[in-house]
Amino acid sequence: MRRKAWLFNMDKKKTFVEDIDRSIYDIRNEDRYSYKSDKGLTRDIIIEISKQKNEPKWMLDFRLKSLETYENTALPTWGPNLDDLDMDNIVTYVKPDTKMKGTWEEIPSEIKDTFVKLGIPKAEHEYLAGVGAQYDSEVVYHSIKEELVKQGVIYSDMESAIRDYEDIVKEYFMKLVPPNDHKFVALHGAVWSGGSFVYVPEGVEVDIPLQSYFRSNSPGAGQFEHTLIIVEKGAKLHFIEGCSAPKYSVTNLHAGCVELYVKEDATLRYSTIENWSRNMMNLNTKRAVVDKNGSIEWISGSFGSKVSMLYPMSILKGEGARSEFTSITFAGKGQILDTGTKVVHSAPYTSSTINTKSISKGGGQAIYRGSVTVTPNAHHSKSTISCESLMMDDISVSDTIPVLDIMNDEVEIGHEAKIGKISDDTIFYLMSRGISEEEAKAMIVRGFAEPIAKELPLEYAVEMNNLIKLELEGSIG
Amino acid sequence: MNNELIKIIDLYTSTTENKEILSGLNLTVNKGEVHVIMGPNGAGKSTLMNAIMGHPRYEVTAGRIEFEGEDITELKTDERARKGIFLSFQTPEEVPGITVEGMLKGARFAATGEPVRSIRFRKEMKEKLDILQFDESYATRYLNVGFSGGEKKKNEVFQMMMLNPKLAILDEIDSGLDVDAIRSVANGINNYMDEDKSLLIITHSNKLLDYVKPDFVHILMDGRIVKTGDASVAKEIIDNGFMEYKEVVDL
Repeated sequence: MRRKAWLFNMDKKKTFVEDIDRSIYDIRNEDRYSYKSDKGLTRDIIIEISKQKNEPKWMLDFRLKSLETYENTALPTWGPNLDDLDMDNIVTYVKPDTKMKGTWEEIPSEIKDTFVKLGIPKAEHEYLAGVGAQYDSEVVYHSIKEELVKQGVIYSDMESAIRDYEDIVKEYFMKLVPPNDHKFVALHGAVWSGGSFVYVPEGVEVDIPLQSYFRSNSPGAGQFEHTLIIVEKGAKLHFIEGCSAPKYSVTNLHAGCVELYVKEDATLRYSTIENWSRNMMNLNTKRAVVDKNGSIEWISGSFGSKVSMLYPMSILKGEGARSEFTSITFAGKGQILDTGTKVVHSAPYTSSTINTKSISKGGGQAIYRGSVTVTPNAHHSKSTISCESLMMDDISVSDTIPVLDIMNDEVEIGHEAKIGKISDDTIFYLMSRGISEEEAKAMIVRGFAEPIAKELPLEYAVEMNNLIKLELEGSIG
Repeated sequence: MNNELIKIIDLYTSTTENKEILSGLNLTVNKGEVHVIMGPNGAGKSTLMNAIMGHPRYEVTAGRIEFEGEDITELKTDERARKGIFLSFQTPEEVPGITVEGMLKGARFAATGEPVRSIRFRKEMKEKLDILQFDESYATRYLNVGFSGGEKKKNEVFQMMMLNPKLAILDEIDSGLDVDAIRSVANGINNYMDEDKSLLIITHSNKLLDYVKPDFVHILMDGRIVKTGDASVAKEIIDNGFMEYKEVVDL
């Protein structure tokens, strides 16, 4: 019966999609590791992580300095309550019991099976130009198509990047998101592990997406992957990131950091579907800086987690730089998803589009929090903001907190916010066609999310619809 | 064999505002028959349609509705639809992001439980759309979004043809349509009808009745049927209005 919902969106390629296996995301493997740090955060733990990774001294120094910053920085005084987060009980580093491999066959079967069930090798085979797969704190698999390597494209895990491209990493690493930005990036700077490094040389257009998938398996552990992407002048890239974790009773923490450098005339599309278990505190920081006539496109889907605080930021630094932010957030029972975006227009003729949708259900809270800043010199800049919320019942909460800080008169700013409850009349209309109530609601929500699904590659649109369906059934525990 | 398709027995309803709208309504529609219901504004026509379809805001307080001999009074809307009842809406809902085709496939799947074969389904849609002189592209548009009043009405008839119910209830399907659109809609309705199917038409005019011949015309006043006759009753109402019947009720 469950497959019903599925039929409609698939016309493009298929008419029929198989049953959803809700257990996929919840595969809980035995917590096997070659090294696992003690709980909590001390200087010794940091030194040990760095040693395990065989890092250059500058990185260890960076980590230790970040730790100091972390200790001297207070928790944010705004946003959702973070009391459930007890850093003394978070394990910051879990090294999986395998080295990084270039073929799936070499990976221990239990870990490999998890990724197979999540569809990663299949996706790699069918429509990706490169794949990275991280399990707990380290990347266990990496691949990239030979043609791209020949064109000088680099796609590797961060650890290899420090070893093989130390100069580039040193130039860019945590320069856009410095550790003193807020407490959780300071923490990230101290304990970061894994993640992806992508470098696209001038003029190279990568037509097929690259994808990194981050899987957190270990209970009570943090995941702190670092993603650093540099798209040089006139180059083009679509990067996809996926995340998930099985559910445990203890609180897990995800404090990743994403830094995107988009150079003159370059285009980067960065798509993420985050799908965390309900015990996850997702405190993620993402930021892009865009040079002259460059373009950043964010597609962001936030599902799961207990609390999410996620506000990807675009700094439009060069004249004519553009940003587009498209996101969908789904907050179910017991969840607070505080998401949005920040845009800084700091050059003339820059433009930004923000298009967010949120769905809340069963008492969940979906909050849009965003800001658009136009600096005094950024004349002839444009920004269009549209926030839409759909509440599935009377107990759910939706809120929009937009901040506009405009320091120039010659700008065009448009803002539109719509908050509404799912319409009983629309449900009745669809039911009068023989569609069940549950299915009618799913259809309305799917339609609501369609503008986002449209922006995703088909397979991800399917995954997103899948997640919406699971959330609506309330079956993700 | 019993030829009754739907039988409404002494039906009373109230809305959530607790205002009684149907008060002891009786109506039987046999297979193959076309029934027309006329009545002044507020007489309870829309309430009757919604009660047959099981709208949650219209509560049946007494009486019952039987469909093919089965009491369906307690069934949910979708269950009634799957038994073969269809309601065309006066003001159809807009559903952004869901195409006409997508919705219909969902409905077809809900009805049959079988995967819907796209190519065959499209062919079927094209045939029906042609009868309605409705461009194929409407099937790929979001359900009623940006449709004109006339397009929405055609789209309702299109859905009826695709879902192929046993009983189609058409609530003012002819209002706001021009002559050409009426003809297209009538073509659709006549294409759908056969001796096993039935129509229950609510209308204020004889525009549609020039093309779809009614077997019975009922006058609905104050929540009850006060007169039943043949097509001539419709003509008489259109010429003279409901005043005569109002007096009957007031007595």
